[in-house]
Amino acid sequence: MSDSAGLINANFADAHPVLTSAQAVVAANRCYFCYDAPCVEACPTGIDVPGFIRGIATGNIAGAAKTILQENIFGGACARVCPTEILCERACVRTAEMGKPVEIGALQRVATDWQMAQGVQPFTRAPATGKHIAVIGAGPAGLSCAHALSLRGHEATVFDAKPKPGGLNEYGIAAYKMAGDFAAREVEFLLSIGGIKMQYEKRLGETILLADLRDRFDAVFLALGLAGVNRLRIAGEELSGVRDAVDFIAELRQAADKTSVKIGPRVVVIGGGNTAIDAATQAKLLGAEEVTMLYRRGPEHMSATKDEQEWAQTNGVNIRFWAAPLRIEQTGSALEVVTEQNVFTADTVLKAVGQVFVGEGPALESGRIKVEGYQTSLPGVFAGGDCTHGMDLTVHAVQDGKMAARAIDKFLGF
Amino acid sequence: MADLSSTFAGIRTKNPFWLASAPPTDKAYNVERAFRAGWGGVVWKTLGEDPPVVNVSSRYGAISYGGTRVAGFNNIELITDRPLELNLQEITEVKRRWPDRAMVVSLMVPCNEESWKAILRRVESTGADGVELNFGCPHGMSERGMGAAVGQVPEYVEMVTRWCKQHTRMPVIVKLTPNVTDILQAAAAAKNGGADAVSLINTIMSICAVDLDLMSPTPVVDGKGTHGGYCGPAVKPIALRMVAEIARDRALSGLPISGIGGISTWRDAAEFIALGAGNVQICTAAMTHGFKIVEDMVSGLSNWMDEKGYAALRDFQGAAVPNFVHWDDLNLNYKSIARIDQSLCIKCGKCYAACEDTSHQSIAALRDNGARTYEIIDDECVGCNLCAHVCPVDDCITMISLPTEKPYRTWKDHENNPSSPDFVHG
Repeated sequence: MSDSAGLINANFADAHPVLTSAQAVVAANRCYFCYDAPCVEACPTGIDVPGFIRGIATGNIAGAAKTILQENIFGGACARVCPTEILCERACVRTAEMGKPVEIGALQRVATDWQMAQGVQPFTRAPATGKHIAVIGAGPAGLSCAHALSLRGHEATVFDAKPKPGGLNEYGIAAYKMAGDFAAREVEFLLSIGGIKMQYEKRLGETILLADLRDRFDAVFLALGLAGVNRLRIAGEELSGVRDAVDFIAELRQAADKTSVKIGPRVVVIGGGNTAIDAATQAKLLGAEEVTMLYRRGPEHMSATKDEQEWAQTNGVNIRFWAAPLRIEQTGSALEVVTEQNVFTADTVLKAVGQVFVGEGPALESGRIKVEGYQTSLPGVFAGGDCTHGMDLTVHAVQDGKMAARAIDKFLGF
Repeated sequence: MADLSSTFAGIRTKNPFWLASAPPTDKAYNVERAFRAGWGGVVWKTLGEDPPVVNVSSRYGAISYGGTRVAGFNNIELITDRPLELNLQEITEVKRRWPDRAMVVSLMVPCNEESWKAILRRVESTGADGVELNFGCPHGMSERGMGAAVGQVPEYVEMVTRWCKQHTRMPVIVKLTPNVTDILQAAAAAKNGGADAVSLINTIMSICAVDLDLMSPTPVVDGKGTHGGYCGPAVKPIALRMVAEIARDRALSGLPISGIGGISTWRDAAEFIALGAGNVQICTAAMTHGFKIVEDMVSGLSNWMDEKGYAALRDFQGAAVPNFVHWDDLNLNYKSIARIDQSLCIKCGKCYAACEDTSHQSIAALRDNGARTYEIIDDECVGCNLCAHVCPVDDCITMISLPTEKPYRTWKDHENNPSSPDFVHG
């Protein structure tokens, strides 16, 4: 690898390294150990935040890790990717007090990293029930469900269309948020509980059939995610050099040498969500000279948080608001993205205007699987995560998986 | 600009901040650094008879609390381990170079008149301003019949003090040990022996912590520990009480007190002076932060005095003593209750947890459209202050006095008190 390639690859290292133990104790001691703590309520998985932080403050890190992981087995991933600024840290009373919350996400990482380094889970499985559940999708929702089922003594077989587990954690998140092989190591840690079999490159409706699974298993959990992407529906969308941001992100995540991913010096990203931010920021880190995000509305409408927007801007991304693309034109070897006010020249245009559910089986509602208490229209078939309606963060998917496991447990008569 | 000068036991210094007898005052090098930093005086680390004592390696224990280092501190060091003559030479030189600073020499020799007489003569020749009798050291020396072994027996305190007054013209300050049941007996003994002043407190017998790997008290000396002398911020309340006890005692009226024990800031010093101390001595704060802390002590005390309109230390010295009363002089008809300033409340709920779990169930935890609100239930509140103490926000919870028509009524004349003239038989 050349020197410049080495420098570029270094850009994709951990954006926020783990706190040192000294930093962690100082951060932990800022926690007021609130009664009825607002941060717990703000956490979609309901982690006992003051409880685990006290463990860090007193040197009971094993207790801290268990407190986190018993509510959220993806505590390590969430410590890295959760937009804490709109969840627990926004609710932290220290924010109300002085605008500076306890660093809950960073502290969570201290505890979960420690637990993963021990190489063992702080849990044991209940006695075997003889029940076997099929889980479709090895992302956060599917694996969270499989883990919770395993804890209850059930067996789970997880099917995924991709060759690796992790779902968006493995393929869909900026490399610097989940640096190195963290996503793979976390799945390995999760699976160490036992009772979970993995089946890769099995796509529902092709290599596996729902009807067959319903026959063979005691229940089915669908955690299919969103396999499709929205189209821009403007002229020029099919031009070479125009691609989906999710593919770009996945390619980068899987590339050992990031410089093997070619995007050219000028990149335009269309969209205003976290995918757009991750794509734009990584394009910049990859060495693009000029990266422009075009968003059709104002900063307050963006689904990417203010912190995320600032992160992109700090990394040199130019965000243009109220800039809806009208068409994309080919001019020589370059592309031109035309908006009402301007024309943006680009070598690569990345589309990040949302993902959609693709699939069939149970009844849908507004394009996603319809559920009630995680139960779909098909008896014994449950669903959760992005393929159902609801919030779309990793932490929501984990919670869905956990709660769906409870629903399945109940369905099975436990 | 307030006048911080102090005259204590006849010794005049530009400010009331002295370094207590301890490692920071063990030799000329440290003491000169202290004087350059601005300290008003020092009490030189305790001298004894030759041959010098031998100190152990590993000497200090400390308590960290909530991330704050050295909230409490203890030591198992003994008196100076340097030859007497070397110390006396250095004391002579430093006093000559710094004539405007107090040079008081701490002493501890065996409990016989000749020993005291001999060392006093030698100290006097250094030009020192006074001596402090170390009757307080609770470890190592007490087992040899010195330090606290003397301080815990009022008759010995009086006897040794009298010897010293007979054999020196220097002011004699008697340093008292807190490891007694009644501090007044030791103070009275010092006064009866002719002491010019007392200083207190010396350190408290303690085990700072247990090393749970080695299963030994700390500090650990080759796998074993011993009790040490506790000091630092944690002991301030104990010291304040003992100082105040002496200050309000009629029989001890006029006995100068040098306040010692956990003083870390100008505010701590002001509290000791308000409870009757004529000056203060500091050690742990200097050992934790270095000598520079005296700058803020001097300017902080001066600014506070200016703000309050006190021109000199005597203007507020002892001002809080008349208000330090016995419990049965307190007004049982006084009533205060907590008030929460909702505009400052950050919804941590600590007041609720404390009151509900451990006190009087007088705070309501409410949800108004999901928003947390904590409210005092006035009728249940006994005015204990717990919520105000645990609230992390300054001035969010305050205690307010409720107006009352009832007279000032103490336990002495309360109808529930069998020995009161107003006792009502059940």
